[in-house]
Parts: sequence; structure tokens; C-alpha cells
Amino acid sequence: MYGKRSRFLTIMLTLGLAFFYVPMILLVIYSFNYSKIVPVWGGWSLRWYEELFKSEEVWQAVSLSLQIAFVNATFATLLGLFAALAMVRFGRFRGRTLFGGMLVAPLVMPEVITGLALLVFFISANQLIGWPSERGFTTITIAHITFSMAYVAVTIQARLTGMGETLEEAAADLGAKPFKVLTAITIPRLTPALISGWLLAFTLSLDDLVIASFVSGPGSNTLPILIFSRIRVGLRPDINALATIMILVVAICVAIAAILLFRQQRADMRDQQMAQKAAEE
Amino acid sequence: MTDAAQPQPRPLLRRVMRRLQDNWRTVVMIIPFVWLLIFFLTPFFIVAKISLAELAIASPPFTSMVEWTDSGIVTIRLVFDNFLYILEDSLYYNTYLNSLKISITSTILCLLFGYPIAYAIVRSGPVAKPILLFTIILPFWTSFLLRVYAWMGLLADQGTINNALIAMGVIDEPIRMLYTEFAVYIGIVYTYMPFMILPLYANMEKLDGSLNEAAADLGSRPTNTFFKVTLPLTMPGIIAGSLLVFIPATGEYIIPDLLGGGNVNMIGRVLFNEFSRNSDWPVAAAVAIVLLLLLVLPIMVFQHFQGKASEGT
Repeated sequence: MYGKRSRFLTIMLTLGLAFFYVPMILLVIYSFNYSKIVPVWGGWSLRWYEELFKSEEVWQAVSLSLQIAFVNATFATLLGLFAALAMVRFGRFRGRTLFGGMLVAPLVMPEVITGLALLVFFISANQLIGWPSERGFTTITIAHITFSMAYVAVTIQARLTGMGETLEEAAADLGAKPFKVLTAITIPRLTPALISGWLLAFTLSLDDLVIASFVSGPGSNTLPILIFSRIRVGLRPDINALATIMILVVAICVAIAAILLFRQQRADMRDQQMAQKAAEE
Repeated sequence: MTDAAQPQPRPLLRRVMRRLQDNWRTVVMIIPFVWLLIFFLTPFFIVAKISLAELAIASPPFTSMVEWTDSGIVTIRLVFDNFLYILEDSLYYNTYLNSLKISITSTILCLLFGYPIAYAIVRSGPVAKPILLFTIILPFWTSFLLRVYAWMGLLADQGTINNALIAMGVIDEPIRMLYTEFAVYIGIVYTYMPFMILPLYANMEKLDGSLNEAAADLGSRPTNTFFKVTLPLTMPGIIAGSLLVFIPATGEYIIPDLLGGGNVNMIGRVLFNEFSRNSDWPVAAAVAIVLLLLLVLPIMVFQHFQGKASEGT
């Protein structure tokens, strides 16, 4: 629905964008501040970036967070794909309501509750069967997969509903077996959604503080846990530098994902137009 | 090559593969289902169980619900003391009320500002629209923690806003903004706004513009058209967006901790601290269950809408 944008709407949009971006821009600018006290300007400098790269603690946290995010994204995408296929393509099955409910609940569940529940679960499991023997990489990754797969499933579900089943039906009519249809048609067509789902799961994992704090053990500090412990005391210029790097990385990833999705949409539109034209002739 | 020349395990493997190919639907469904049963549903039952136990000096620090007495009879002890304790203690009671007050007010603020922004994006041209959408989505992907941190820099006594106001001569003394309820509102509205705008946008995008034209042709003023046509039609978007803000904001931990300091008590913060410092697990579990009960209705409404959306047309 296009139309004229009234002056009121334009003003609200401009204010909204300023509200979103001014704090981030200031955060980035102050990362290049020489002064030790963040909001007091002491001239341009890369001092805090140097300090950041020298910190062993930061590197360990970055490495742990990236490993968790990678494993999480891969498993969450797989499980999310399975879940989305089951929800959209399998029709009615026993337990579908429960399944659908469990699948979307993590999207809105307050993190403190999910974190607490998983912690008591891991502790009880440890008492009962001796696993997990310690809390850290494994427990954080499992916790992250559990909530990220919901986001991936929603992304893929939207795409599955959007692209329809016409091609799959055509393949089936031509004699392809259901499994062949899945691997030769459905999954390739889902590739952009799978990539954006993977990236979404990756960033969600890198971003999570609350759930990771609950299920991490001593000595397993993820990046958000490290950042949080530092900024709790107040403003710190090295965190501004770290924030700038993270914002840059995220912006690049999101731009790639957006372009992929946009291309896919255009290709779909072209296909539809061609099909329509063919039908008219 | 004859069949006999084939090594023995090969047909077995093939048979397994064939089996898998025939039953792949079941496999595909079972794996995420079982995962969620184990790692999502079971933990909630354990929390519920602990909330009905008593604090004990043990590891883990609570009593067992099921006990074997000497006579060999199994007794099940359900202790509702933790819930009574929470409901009687004014600290918990007030914290719940305060959390609800903050999350409801923030949801309304998000709606008041988010609605016109979403509407403005929908009414933008085909070139501006994807770019504007991208600018709304980008902060959503940026670290939550760092977005909250950005506001610490703005709101601090020595922060950007106070420094600017003092330099301009508007004020002499810095205004206290960080570690107040005001800062918590800013933080929630700032971080949750995309959750309001995106569902609203998705809903408005589907609206039929000719309805507005028809209303205008029949002599309806724009304000009248908005309240009689546009607003009712965007109700699903309003509900979805409001729930996406309200539910997580009620249990928010990071924002009240970083921007509210010790001055703003929200239940998420109490829960987190209860667990990490006091290790009174049964009470903490009961606090979580009460929070969940408060949110169970909004969550079910959200699931209902989400379920409808995922089933498509």
C-alpha cells in the first residue's frame, strides 16, 4: 500500500531513526576518544583498540562465544528446518499443538525463566545420570540451540508458506519420490532462508547474556558475560571499542542476509509474472 | 559385478538408508520434538517441582518431594509455603506490580511511537521502503547489551546529554537520569521498539489502500478514516507487537540492572539475584512460576496468533 506520507508521519519517522541511531553513533565516536573517562573528549586515538587486542581475557571470551555461536547456528538451523517442515508440510499429526506451542514459546519466554529452568534441569540431570559433568561450552550451546531453533523455524516456516507447493507437486506428478522432492527441490529453494536462519541463530547466540549466565560454570565466560561484568561498574572506553567492532561485523552480516532475501523475493516475483504471462498466452 | 561379490555390510547399509528414506518424515518430526520435550518442557516441570519443595542444606539445596518412610509408604510432600511467602512479602508483591506497571507503560509508549513509524514506512516509495526496513531491523541484530550500554553513556551524570546541556548553559547541575525509572523506560522502549514496528508493518503492508480512498470519496475526513478503517484493520498487528514487547519486558533483567541500578526493582532482577546470591532455590523457583502464571495468558494469545500466521491463508 503506497500513498502520500503526511508531514506528521515524516517527522515521526525522522525522529524514530534519530532515536535509533544517535546513541549508536555516539558510542562509536567515543571509542576513538583518547580520554579514559568516556564522555569527556580527549582527542582522537586508537588507544582503546590496542588495549582491547592485547587483552588475553577478551580473546578467550571471543573465541568461546564464536565456537558456541557456530555450533549453535548449525544445529539450530537443522532442527529449525526439521520443525518447520513438520509444521508446514506434514499436515495434522498427533502432538502437533504441543509441538507448535513448544516451538514458539521460546520467542517470548522471559530469558530469566528459560535460563533458570535450564540450570535446574542440568543440575538435576547431573545428579541423576552424571551428565553434564560440568557447566560450560556444552550446556551453553544446548541452551542456545533450544531457543534459537524457534527463531530459525519461524523464518523457514514463513518461507515455506510463501513459496507454495506447486513445484513439489509438479515433481511428484512426474514421478519423483517424496524424499527426492525434498532434497532436489524444497531444500535448494530454501537456501536463502536457511542462510538467514543460520545467521540469525549465530547472532542470537553471540548476543545472549542472561541464559548463558545461568548455565555457564566458573571459568567459561562468553563475550556478553565479560562485557556485562565490566559495564556493570560504569562506562569503559575499551567496551566502546569492542562495541564498534561488533556493530560493524553485524552490519555486514545483516546486509548480506538482506541482499540474499531481497534477490530471492525478486526472483519469485519474476517467476510468478512469467507463469502468469504463460497462462495468458 | 555379481551380487555375491558385494561385501556383506553394503546391503545392510542400503537397507537402513532405504528405511530412512521411506520414514524420513517421522525422523524429521521426531528429532526437534524430542529435543524440545527434553530441553524445553522438562526443565519447566523441574522448576515447578522445586517450587513445591523446602529449602534444605544439601546439594541441590531443596528437599525431595517423594520420600520413602520407614513403613515403606511413599509420601509426597507438597509445600506451598514458598508461594505464601511470596504473596505475603510486600517486597515480592510490589516488585511484581512494579514490573507490570513498567512493562505495560513501555508497551503503550512503543505503540504510540512505533505505529506512526510503521505507517510511514508502509507509505514510503518502493526504493525507500526496503532501506527503511533495513534501518529498523539493523538495531534488532545488534547486541542488546551494547544498545543498553549506549544509553548509559548518554544518560550518566557526566554523560553526553548532561554535558551538552551544561555547555549550552541550560542547566548548571547535571540532571540525574541514569539509575532512575526514567532510564529504564528509555531502555525498554529503545530496545523493544523494532518488535512493535515489524509486526505492525507486516500487517499494514497487506491493507487495501482502496478502502481509504473509498472512505475519502464518501466524504470521510482522514482522522475519521483512520479511526474507523485503518485502526480496526491493523488490530492483529497491534496485538502481536504489543505482546512481543509486553511479555519479555515484564521479565527483563539487563535493563533494570544496568540503567536502573539498585533503584528500580523488577522481578527479573529479583529472580536473578535470588538465584545467584541467596541460593534459596525453592523461593526463586516459586518466583519464576508466579511470573510464568502472570504471563501464561498473554503467551497463549501470542501462540494462537503465531499459529494462525504460520498456517498461512
